[in-house]
Amino acid sequence: MLRLESVTKRYPTGDMALRDIDLTVPQGQVMALIGPSGAGKSTLIRCINRLVEPTAGEIWLGDQEITRLSARSLRHMRRRIGMIFQEYALVERLTVMENVLSGQLGYVNFWQSWFRRFPQPIVDEAFRLLHRVGLPDFPDKRADALSGGQRQRVGIARALLQNPELLLVDEPTASLDPKTARQIMRLITELAHERGLAVIINIHDVPLAQQFAQRIVGLRAGEIVYDGPPDGLISEVLTDIYGEEDWSTAAEDDNAAATLPTAIEAR
Amino acid sequence: MPVQTVNGVQVWQRRDRVGAFKHWLGWLVGTLIFLGCWHIISEATTWAFVWDAPQQGGQLLSRMIPPRWSYLNQLWQPLWDTLNIATLGTILSVAIALPLSFLAARNTTPHPIARAIALVVIVTSRSVNSLIWALLLVAIIGPGVLAGVLSIALRSIGFLGKLFSEAIEEIDQLPVEAITATGASEFSILTYGIVPQVLPTFAGVSVFRWDVNIRESTVLGLVGAGGIGISLSASVNGLQWSQVSVIFIAIFAMVFLSEWVSATVRKSII
Repeated sequence: MLRLESVTKRYPTGDMALRDIDLTVPQGQVMALIGPSGAGKSTLIRCINRLVEPTAGEIWLGDQEITRLSARSLRHMRRRIGMIFQEYALVERLTVMENVLSGQLGYVNFWQSWFRRFPQPIVDEAFRLLHRVGLPDFPDKRADALSGGQRQRVGIARALLQNPELLLVDEPTASLDPKTARQIMRLITELAHERGLAVIINIHDVPLAQQFAQRIVGLRAGEIVYDGPPDGLISEVLTDIYGEEDWSTAAEDDNAAATLPTAIEAR
Repeated sequence: MPVQTVNGVQVWQRRDRVGAFKHWLGWLVGTLIFLGCWHIISEATTWAFVWDAPQQGGQLLSRMIPPRWSYLNQLWQPLWDTLNIATLGTILSVAIALPLSFLAARNTTPHPIARAIALVVIVTSRSVNSLIWALLLVAIIGPGVLAGVLSIALRSIGFLGKLFSEAIEEIDQLPVEAITATGASEFSILTYGIVPQVLPTFAGVSVFRWDVNIRESTVLGLVGAGGIGISLSASVNGLQWSQVSVIFIAIFAMVFLSEWVSATVRKSII
């Protein structure tokens, strides 16, 4: 459903963030993108909805090519791609409901957004989604009054209100405690299965990725170095992704080993 | 080097010998310049006038007291004019500064040339005092309240435009990115992602400028641009010091009131 063909991104500073990325994500697949900081994970998912402009290559969503779209068609394309952010990216001074409804901004006209006059079926759907993500009680609360986990749930509801075909998720759990992180990952993957969405999740936490994703792609210095099932992440592969020195010291460290049980089992 | 070795012991001082010398030389030169300036000012001062200043001040005060309270009845209209000059001038300047600030902010400007023009407008407006704007406008459109309103507005555009555009540049970009990712249009991104973030600053700054403008509009009458300044200059020229004291008290009361209003408004919008 999503197909990247030799996508390359070079930043104006000369840094090569992505080199010739080829990647296909079928419908309904939850794919985790792992790799060290600076490997190009964020750049990759931002290239897909062109928050970052790729330098070269083609990106196909269904039968439409994204990189050559005009501004107007790009906005229409973005409605089909939901995005969930690390720091939630809510508009803090707006209410929960306003934040969720902002998922529909690609569909309503300017005056409707200015006066917050969203069609009733959309408001119904927003209430349903808030209920589904576990926040039925405070649509009128301001977003800055919520906890981190609650904010991320609002972020998920906002992305789903777009009724997307593809979900881009950027480090959804990096600012959350371990328990909340698991709940959020479970919620995202459940919703993806319910709706048959393709999902790309950037994530630092390898065990969490292994637990919730069907497929793992490892990125290193802008290149794909691993693409396979979660249980294929043996320590040699992790060394490949994260680099020899860092990995070997972390694996021999007892504390780090405790957080990477599957990697130890695989040895 | 603050650390020195003296007789095999490491000693630490704040400054080494050269540093200490430079430090004291700096103080010496500074003191000499101060004394020199004092001398020049002293030469240019007629000290006889300064020595009897307490006496003169006392006399002025004795002529001001008691205030002629009956004069207050003639002050209501000029006070009302002053309030209107400040309020209308502020509203007008907010209306112009709003679009201007979005042109001037680096992250919302449609084009670098538009930004340059907006910045020139802001700097021009800010570099001229409202009293000087009033002087110019009284010459162009004649004396009266309108000249006052426009001069207050012209001065405030730069102040508000600068602070507004800085507020826009300091917003959190992440929510803006999120709104963009939903496929929203440029205008929806502006109203949904940016405006809620800058609204408290905009409101607070506007009310503060209104507060400043009330004080500024009290003097505009001195050059004929309406308001209580006209009564003030008339009373001073007519040596009616007991009326001047009434005007001072009235201005003080109004400024005090505006201070209270702006503090209350600012507290309620955060």
